[in-house]
Amino acid sequence: MKRIFFTLLSVVILGTAQETQPRVVTISAKRFEFTPSQITLKRGEPVTLRVSAEDRDHGFYQKDLKLELDLSPDHVAEATITPEKTGRFVAICDHFCGSGHGNMKMIINVE
Amino acid sequence: MSKPFDRRKFLKVSGMSLGVGALISVAPAMAGGGPSATLRRWFRRQNGEELTPFNLVQLSDAHVGFQGLPNPTGTKAFERAIDVVNGLDPQPDLILFTGDLTHEAEAPGEHAKRMQLFQTLTSRLKSKKVMYVPGEHDAALDNGVLYRQFFGETHYAFDHRGVHFIALDNVSSGKPAVGTEQIEWLKRDLARYPRTAPIIVFTHRPLFDLRPDWEWFTRDGDDVLNALAPYENVTILYGHIHRHDVHQTEHAMHYASRSLIFAFPDPMTAGDKKPVPFDKEKPFRNLGLQSLAEKKGRLDVDDVELTLREFGGTDGVQQILKSGESL
Repeated sequence: MKRIFFTLLSVVILGTAQETQPRVVTISAKRFEFTPSQITLKRGEPVTLRVSAEDRDHGFYQKDLKLELDLSPDHVAEATITPEKTGRFVAICDHFCGSGHGNMKMIINVE
Repeated sequence: MSKPFDRRKFLKVSGMSLGVGALISVAPAMAGGGPSATLRRWFRRQNGEELTPFNLVQLSDAHVGFQGLPNPTGTKAFERAIDVVNGLDPQPDLILFTGDLTHEAEAPGEHAKRMQLFQTLTSRLKSKKVMYVPGEHDAALDNGVLYRQFFGETHYAFDHRGVHFIALDNVSSGKPAVGTEQIEWLKRDLARYPRTAPIIVFTHRPLFDLRPDWEWFTRDGDDVLNALAPYENVTILYGHIHRHDVHQTEHAMHYASRSLIFAFPDPMTAGDKKPVPFDKEKPFRNLGLQSLAEKKGRLDVDDVELTLREFGGTDGVQQILKSGESL
């Protein structure tokens, strides 16, 4: 009976731990685009964005979602957020990277 | 676009259309006695300069080297602006250029050629005191190395006739940021001045959040504005947004000059940052400069749109082309 109780307890604890791990979304940046160009998140759900730079330094900035990452090819930048409002948010590269820099952006939809 | 401003009796905006960029006249209401006389004496002691009225012109965003749409005329608007400034009477004491003097280039040596061309064109200006700050197209790809070879330091300060001018660099790190080191320098520089000193800051990007998703902001702009907050007469001139704009924050007035290459749409109404299309009938439409001058004891900021009005007939692009030339 004791063994069954501890087994159940372990499952519950493990389950809880797994539930609190944020979903991970991987994004890559290169001149002058983000891949994917659009992602969809859920309001109130924690999510970790892992953003890498393929070719040179870039930025990843979205003011309303409090995203402000400096990207470099030698490391993967990461931010965990919990979107609080729904909408369509434009994230931009804010580290000047050349002639097409002004159009380097991606869409973050929050449903 | 004009907006009255008399809170500080230092700057007032008035609308004007001469035909180019931005003219500015500095005539602080400090010609009288009382605190004004104290400040005049302070500046005289400090650097031997009297506070006296003078005019200045702001030019911005010439993007020398940019080719094709939305402005197939290249440097024509910039050259027209130089002609307009040279025609001013009296001549401006000072010309401030708020960044994106040139457009970046990938080919080796090409960006240096563009900077050389920019200097050749500006050498035509009759007024020889021209001060610069870089834009991201000048300095962000190489952290300002090439820019410094041509134009010197990217941030500095100086006094002119009783006004303290501060050039701030919010581009050469690659990011829209001034940076901790420069902000500490700014605080040390400001600490030398009384709180009533007239201050003009010139920089490239807006120091406030005008439209962050268009990169019209400076990450640490609030830190700059906080450093300036104790000062009572602060005017900030900037470029980058390719349109005239007036904005008031708690402690400062912010004025953007038109560009000399192409215009961007109104950030309050447009969804996307797409340049305003080229108009062959009015090729300099929406382009211009900013002029500052003294009027009735105040500093007036005039938004000046470039035109071709001295030509007969239409304003069409054929008027700026030589015979046989085509775009």
